Amino acid sequence: MPLYEAIRLAFQTIRAQKLKSAFSVIGVFIGVTFLIAAVSIVNGMNRYMTDKFAGSLVGVNTFHLRQRPDINFNVTDSVWRAWRRRPRITFADADAVSKGLTVPALTSWFSEDQGTVEYGGKVAKGIDLQGAGADYFAIKNYNLAEGRPFSPQEAKAGSAVVVLGWDLAQKLFAGVDPIGKTVRVQGLPYLVVGVIEQQGSLLGMSLDKFLVAPATSPIQRDVNPPHVVDAVMVKATTVEGMNAAMDQVEGIMRSRHHLRPSQDDNFAMETAAGVLDFWNGISRIMFAVGPGIVTVSLVVGGIVIMNIMLMAVAERTREIGVRKSLGARRRDILRQFLAESATLAVAGASVGILTGILLSVIINAATPLPASVAPWSVITGVILGAGVGIVAGVYPASRAARLDPITALRQE
Amino acid sequence: MTTHQEFRTGDTPLPDIVILTHKLAREYQMGTELVRALRGVSLQIRRNEYVAVMGPSGSGKSTFMNLVGCLDTPTSGEYWLNGQKVSDLADDALARIRNKEIGFVFQTFNLLPRADALHNVELPLVYAGMRSAERRAKAADALTRVGLGDRMTHRPNELSGGQRQRVAIARALVNDPSILLADEPTGNLDSATSNEIMGLFKELHRQGQTVVMVTHEPDIAANADRVVTLRDGLIHSDQKQAA
Repeated sequence: MPLYEAIRLAFQTIRAQKLKSAFSVIGVFIGVTFLIAAVSIVNGMNRYMTDKFAGSLVGVNTFHLRQRPDINFNVTDSVWRAWRRRPRITFADADAVSKGLTVPALTSWFSEDQGTVEYGGKVAKGIDLQGAGADYFAIKNYNLAEGRPFSPQEAKAGSAVVVLGWDLAQKLFAGVDPIGKTVRVQGLPYLVVGVIEQQGSLLGMSLDKFLVAPATSPIQRDVNPPHVVDAVMVKATTVEGMNAAMDQVEGIMRSRHHLRPSQDDNFAMETAAGVLDFWNGISRIMFAVGPGIVTVSLVVGGIVIMNIMLMAVAERTREIGVRKSLGARRRDILRQFLAESATLAVAGASVGILTGILLSVIINAATPLPASVAPWSVITGVILGAGVGIVAGVYPASRAARLDPITALRQE
Repeated sequence: MTTHQEFRTGDTPLPDIVILTHKLAREYQMGTELVRALRGVSLQIRRNEYVAVMGPSGSGKSTFMNLVGCLDTPTSGEYWLNGQKVSDLADDALARIRNKEIGFVFQTFNLLPRADALHNVELPLVYAGMRSAERRAKAADALTRVGLGDRMTHRPNELSGGQRQRVAIARALVNDPSILLADEPTGNLDSATSNEIMGLFKELHRQGQTVVMVTHEPDIAANADRVVTLRDGLIHSDQKQAA
């Protein structure tokens, strides 16, 4: 009997026993659904992290010079205490870096803290107050929805001007043009000169609840101790440029901190790649736990299928006898039952794949978690399904094939 | 008694002999007891004979039928079917012989309940490896031959007992077997339907089919040209009778 006949026969049997078939593949179904959904989430997060998270937190071809890494994972207490003892990055350091760089690059001071913004009786709390240089907008790729960014002159003079994030502008100035109005940031007045385009959200957190003022404006008292910045941002035009700039900044900072060659850097330079390291740590854990759950449900699913197939062989003993009397060889019977259990399992896996895809679509739409189906997980799902079906079918099918036709025909 | 040329071990049967058994014996181990179901049956059946095998229960006629049908292998002795010695063939080779040379008709019809008449008849051709279109045509032919040309898409439970047995006969004939081997073919049928089936057998015999029928009913056996009676695993009598 050719294979396609066996598969056709298998479909006939499955159609004739829909409910039983459905129950028998629940294990495989759950396993494959989980596989697809979990891989989709991890995969979606991966893409999200690479495309957006790292990009919006740090930026392309950009690095941040900091006292210590801003984003970290699994840091021991002693390392953390050592980081805290490091000297902070001062205005003088920031100046020296900006002036010392010969690689074409944009630089900006950067400091931030949470604070309150008021306008006309409306209060916005928990706003990210940022102090930065004039090139900050170019480094972050911020386009202005209204007005203009503050100028290098304003930045240098430390003028009390601000550029608002989209959500903040909406909250304080519903229906009113904010340009030229004065807002109070931590009680002090600032002139609004621009509003930044909407940036969207990241893992459910808004990226638009912030404002930017010149780093040397009065905001410096709200975001950091005197003459200290959180970071110096450096954006080069290429990866090579960024690496060259990092080398130069390292040299400048080491000499400013009077480090001997044997001493390690006592400052951090953070890139998008560094942020991704943090994420990779998390995704490694997910990839380690996931296969365990999938394996358990597939093994259970396989055992269920094996039992169902043993039942099918017992129920259809007479049919097997008839087929043998009509000339079916052992391998024909073996193939028939193997095809049946494989088809059963693949059918279960296919439904699992569809459900998994549906789940990931729902997760994508209904939660801030990004999910995107990985093609390899679909292929793996099908292969696993067929594999489980074949492995689970071997024993029942070989029992069927070994049946003695006379005994089988006598079976009631 | 029919006269046949004496057969000795090492000989080959004459070309017109379809079935030849020589000192065919079959023993079973039943617990500690050795059951000698057949104790040396030597029999020759010519092409286009219509033979009934009779005997009380325990006479060995089922064992004989299983051996002739290549469902079982003898403990000793020889069995030649259509010029080929099949008594020492292995499992898969026997399956091939069943497929090509033997058409079974069972007392309980043994049709596949989920398949329609046409598919049931096609089944031996599936195992013969025939292509789908050709299979369908041959199966339809066979069904028409037994008078069920208009019942091809019916399932067994939509057919009467007589019709089911006709489907089974069509299935037995579809591979043009050397012998039609029937085991109590009318055992589950009323007498009118039995007569119908016997008429069909007679017609097939008239068309040249070799028929071997196992039965315990003398009325049914009376349809055959020759009646072989088994008793205690041996041939008790072997008579030609007027058709």
